[in-house]
Amino acid sequence: MSVLETTREVMRRDQVWPFLQDNETQVDISHQVLLYVEGLNLSFDGFKALNDLNLYINDGELRCLIGANGAGKTTLMDVITGKTQCDSGTVYFGQSINLLNKDEAEIAQLGIGRKFQKPTVFEAHTVMDNLELSLKSNKSVLPTLLATLTGEEYDRIDEVLETIGLQGERMLLAGSLSHGQKQWLEIGMLLMANPRLLLVDEPVAGMTVQEGERTAELLTSLAGERTVVVVEHDMEFVRSIARTVTVLHQGSVLAEGTMDDVQNNQDVIEVYLGEAP
Amino acid sequence: MSNAMNNLLGRYSGWARLNGDSKVAPFVVLLLAVTVLASASNLLLPADSMFYVSTYTITLLGKYLCYAMLALAVDVIWGYCGILSLGHGAFFALGGYAMGMYLMRQIGDRGVYGNPELPDFMVFLNWHELPWFWQGMDQFWLAMIMVLLVPGVLAFVFGWLAFRSRVTGVYLSIMTQALTYALLLAFFRNEMGFGGNNGLTDFKDIVGFDLQADSTRVSLFIITALLLCGLLVLSKKIMQTRFGKVIVAVRDGESRARFIGYRTEHYKVWLFVYSAMIAGIAGALYVPQVGIINPGEFSPINSIEVVIWVAVGGRGTLIGAIIGAILVNYAKTKFTAIMPDGWLFALGAMFVLVTLYLPKGLMGLFSQIKESQLKGVKSASVSDHDSAKQKSEGQV
Repeated sequence: MSVLETTREVMRRDQVWPFLQDNETQVDISHQVLLYVEGLNLSFDGFKALNDLNLYINDGELRCLIGANGAGKTTLMDVITGKTQCDSGTVYFGQSINLLNKDEAEIAQLGIGRKFQKPTVFEAHTVMDNLELSLKSNKSVLPTLLATLTGEEYDRIDEVLETIGLQGERMLLAGSLSHGQKQWLEIGMLLMANPRLLLVDEPVAGMTVQEGERTAELLTSLAGERTVVVVEHDMEFVRSIARTVTVLHQGSVLAEGTMDDVQNNQDVIEVYLGEAP
Repeated sequence: MSNAMNNLLGRYSGWARLNGDSKVAPFVVLLLAVTVLASASNLLLPADSMFYVSTYTITLLGKYLCYAMLALAVDVIWGYCGILSLGHGAFFALGGYAMGMYLMRQIGDRGVYGNPELPDFMVFLNWHELPWFWQGMDQFWLAMIMVLLVPGVLAFVFGWLAFRSRVTGVYLSIMTQALTYALLLAFFRNEMGFGGNNGLTDFKDIVGFDLQADSTRVSLFIITALLLCGLLVLSKKIMQTRFGKVIVAVRDGESRARFIGYRTEHYKVWLFVYSAMIAGIAGALYVPQVGIINPGEFSPINSIEVVIWVAVGGRGTLIGAIIGAILVNYAKTKFTAIMPDGWLFALGAMFVLVTLYLPKGLMGLFSQIKESQLKGVKSASVSDHDSAKQKSEGQV
């Protein structure tokens, strides 16, 4: 980058220098948009995982992301949650919080919860301890060393246990839960932190039909109060929960709309079925 | 009145529920009882009595307890946080050197060269004044602070650099091994000012007590036992707090812990510092009992041995580490007396066997036996029930 370009970048009129910004933790959603993803690019050794991707998520929405393998769904989540650095582009949480200069822990504390593809719970801890660890609290070392559960926090844990239907299992080790129960526990752990935005990666993978239905119910009940973004392969599941669907293809957005719109979209049919009928 | 009683009973059962599966309290009682008995038999009984415990044995026991404390330090970091440190011998030796420097300064003019200020090896090297880092080490309190501070600061710097760059697994183990090896080479040099190859030795007394006296030896042994119990209880308590739960969470799913908002590197660094300080204390207690500290303590093989003690006892159990350290070192004492060359083979064989057949160590063996007994009882009762059922059906 030449000196001139650097100077231009530093003097950009649409941005305030980082040290002059207030360190805001309050999400500003005055325009009803919770997450702005603009012009995101990321390549791994020449392979473009994300290619000029633009995505806007409204507050309280339940959005489904679909796409073939390698379309960039999980990579997008990695960038939003701070796991992967992108090459260029911007990600804003609300109007004012830039997510790209924050690490995973900070982003989590801002109220963005993420569920992984493979259920990851702390297997050596009880269900109760798993939820206690996920509480919204001061998570630096010393306060954690001295922390004890208050009555309100107990109530909060009970509430979440009821939401995810694991009241009977509270004292069991998380490692002894079934696959579906682990998925719910992980969702419960996200809920403990009282997040604004939930990023859920393949929540029904490996679940039975009944478990899948319960998960669908759970996710739809969360939307409205919170914003939920679901990545899923299972079309039946997407149809059962989605109001708006975004189709990703080769790292950028191919189509967006209701499930019916998307399924009748020529581009989508082409990509999914190989060629136009 | 009965209300108060109920309250008390409820409290006790709550306590028992929380601490029921932990064997720390009985273990501490046992350890202290053995300590008191051994000390009393050494000091009170005549030397020809059947129950007399020789001072040699007392010193040997004290040495084992120092090793047990080192094993405790490794278990805290490896068993609970999954960080396999192959360099804890370095923190142990640094604590030992801090104590050694104090003991050296206590010799005063009783050394071979009779120099009131300089330790013998400095006179021998033609040094004329005390290096800056030896200043003030004749003060016991300063030496004790250094015992904690030097390993602590080294662990903090090392851990901060390693964990912040997210170095984990085998790479971290190799780095810790390199750390202890680098220190070994550095301390071998005479110019370092720590006695080079020979290390520090020929100690005379500690805070005014003669190191060769029985009472001093017994006191050192008792202090070691008390500190070991204290650190065991403290470590157990720390692992029961939310901090401890986060540590186990980092072991089982570090990225999950990060995504629920914990800065895992901070947790790892502070646990590493805590562990290094325990190792430092162990080293400081080891030196006056053994009477020498030399760069050999930094040798990488020592640190690997500690890991084997913990593996034999059972990682992640604290008590297991202590039992493992005592048993393996007892075996070492016996074995090296019979067949000195064979010990490393025996140690290697033990490691392989434990890894293959006792993945959870001796502590795991106990719980396995308990479980199989429980299962046996259950299946027996079930089959009784079945046969009774069959009988009744047959009668009908």
